[in-house]
Amino acid sequence: MNYDLSIPMQLSAALLPDLLLIGGAMVLMLVAAWRDESAEHQRAVGIGSILLAAGVLVMVLVQGARGATAGPGVIAVDSFRWASDAVFLIAGIIALALSIEYNSRERIDTAESHVLVLFAVAGMMLMVASRDLMVLFLGIELMSVAVYVLAGMNRRSGRSAESALKYFLLGAFSTGFLLYGIALVYGATGTTNLATIGERINTFNLQQTPMLLVGIALLLVGFAFKIAAAPFHMWAPDVYEGAPTPITGFMAAGVKAGAFAALLRVWLEAFPGVYSEWHKAVWWLAAITMIVGNLVALQQRNLKRMLAYSSIGHTGFILVALASGTSQAATAFVFYLLAYTLATMGAFAVMVSLGTSTSPRESIEDYHGLWQERPGMAVAMTVFMLALLGFPIFGGMGFFAKWYVLQAAMQAPAPQTRLAVILVITTAVSAGYYLSLVIAMFMKPRPAGAAPLPPSGAWSRAVIAVSVIIILVFGAWPDPVVNLVNKHSSLGTPAQTAMPRPAPETAALP
Amino acid sequence: MSDFFYRVHFYLFGLIAIASALAFVTRKSPVAAALWLVNTMFSLAAIYVMMDAHFIGAIQVLVYAGAIMVVFLFVVMLLNLGHPDELSDIKGTWGKLGAGLLGLAILAQVMAMARSQAPKELIQPVGEAAKSLRDLNAVGVIAKPLFSEHLLAFELTSILLLVAIVGAVVLGKRRST
Repeated sequence: MNYDLSIPMQLSAALLPDLLLIGGAMVLMLVAAWRDESAEHQRAVGIGSILLAAGVLVMVLVQGARGATAGPGVIAVDSFRWASDAVFLIAGIIALALSIEYNSRERIDTAESHVLVLFAVAGMMLMVASRDLMVLFLGIELMSVAVYVLAGMNRRSGRSAESALKYFLLGAFSTGFLLYGIALVYGATGTTNLATIGERINTFNLQQTPMLLVGIALLLVGFAFKIAAAPFHMWAPDVYEGAPTPITGFMAAGVKAGAFAALLRVWLEAFPGVYSEWHKAVWWLAAITMIVGNLVALQQRNLKRMLAYSSIGHTGFILVALASGTSQAATAFVFYLLAYTLATMGAFAVMVSLGTSTSPRESIEDYHGLWQERPGMAVAMTVFMLALLGFPIFGGMGFFAKWYVLQAAMQAPAPQTRLAVILVITTAVSAGYYLSLVIAMFMKPRPAGAAPLPPSGAWSRAVIAVSVIIILVFGAWPDPVVNLVNKHSSLGTPAQTAMPRPAPETAALP
Repeated sequence: MSDFFYRVHFYLFGLIAIASALAFVTRKSPVAAALWLVNTMFSLAAIYVMMDAHFIGAIQVLVYAGAIMVVFLFVVMLLNLGHPDELSDIKGTWGKLGAGLLGLAILAQVMAMARSQAPKELIQPVGEAAKSLRDLNAVGVIAKPLFSEHLLAFELTSILLLVAIVGAVVLGKRRST
């Protein structure tokens, strides 16, 4: 099936999963507003949202298996899009399931919160689908606006309001960079279509045009804010700490994944011709992010903040894949994203299931001796931490995720040896905080007089069990996921062929 | 002669826009600042009209100078913030210095970019804009691409606005309990 995107009907067909999700979310929004707020209504809308997202997930997987393609146009139809969509939908479903439990416990009866998660996922899906800077921008804003509100959903908590306001102000600030960058790229190339930008850079020899280079730099800054890459990460720990825990997980996994997918598509489809210009910037961004994220995470005593800095560290690891600038990076990226999403959301699920409204269990001390009281939870948390660390076998997918990124970095036309070395060293540093939590759970005694742990809810237990199983199964048998991404030319084709041989890394180093 | 006429008006409206923008950022009273911003918007609209973008010029006046600024003024009025002296958010010397340097950097960047030459194939031939304006009239030039090649972006904008409204209502709603 080859979609002709200039015909509106075929464009709609190519966008069917996205349109279905948006349409369904609008219906659910009406349902949410229909009744007065109550815990039952909130749960009903939440279950409806999960069913809708699961339906769209099935549809996305079917589309991915059918292997449709599309002609030139505003959106892409390729396996990179479907695989990324699947990751976003999984992150959304997990966030919804945890939100149902968290909202009933914290007495947040706003049913609309679930619908906003759906809209945020729709925004991410549009971002990864877009081959046009305008559609991309609208996708980013759709996602961001929904998440600004979600961060402030707990209206009894001042910290939640602070988190939402901070996120909103810095998000608006970064949007300014993004828009300015888009305007300059348009000014230099006369188009917003990614494939056409890539072609024109080569045909008209725009590689050294100041307007284009400044535009790319501003776009990179805008994206760096969204993915929380150092030194544009300052907002992340405060925002993550204040937001409701399921939403924190959604921000750390889904929102970051969405911005990353869009970044990868723009960079590999529109700007391969100027690889030697942006490579240096991405190189430094990756190196600084890996070092800052992992070193600062060592000092954190609050689990939410620790996971926030750990997510900054992972941003750096994924940037290594981008720095290699090949389409192999896209495969490594999607695999990494799935592993990282499941492990991060799983860790937040453990926090949700053990927390109560009076004691949110956010500090490391709360997890001392967890093995004696809740062996299952302690084992699950260990799997998530080992997956984030990239430990073989017990860390499941996490090991292969790091392995594929290293492979992409080393097998690129210009091997990123130094970045690979930094990646390995910072991974070793990250063992310092991931394993210290594991040691605390298994070897430290339970503090005397600690508040008893509440019974875990069914939703969070289901999420934790499913995440652990997926991480371990695909960790032992990663081929199906890799094949899903690799099946058809993973990232847009026209610009790829135009890609010149990148400069060797030594030339790019200062 | 018409070139001279064009030039005089360009510099006239350009100077008014820059002067009003400077007044906008230096006024302490929010109402005065908002009114100076209206002035900037009007001058920009005049420059758009001079570039044959009549519809954009009209929309600039209607939406920015009209709707958005009125909403700004309403918010300022409803918040009733008190005396301008107490609520000035213009930070001390360092803040002013930093802002000035940032402004100069952006100015230098714009100047540098104005000197760079776009490839000839990408520049619209002289008279092309006026011709399409005659063929399709002022609204048609905008409407045709908006409802054909940018249809998806147009529809997505409505979704974005819907989510923004729902979000504002969710956060602003008074709790029943």
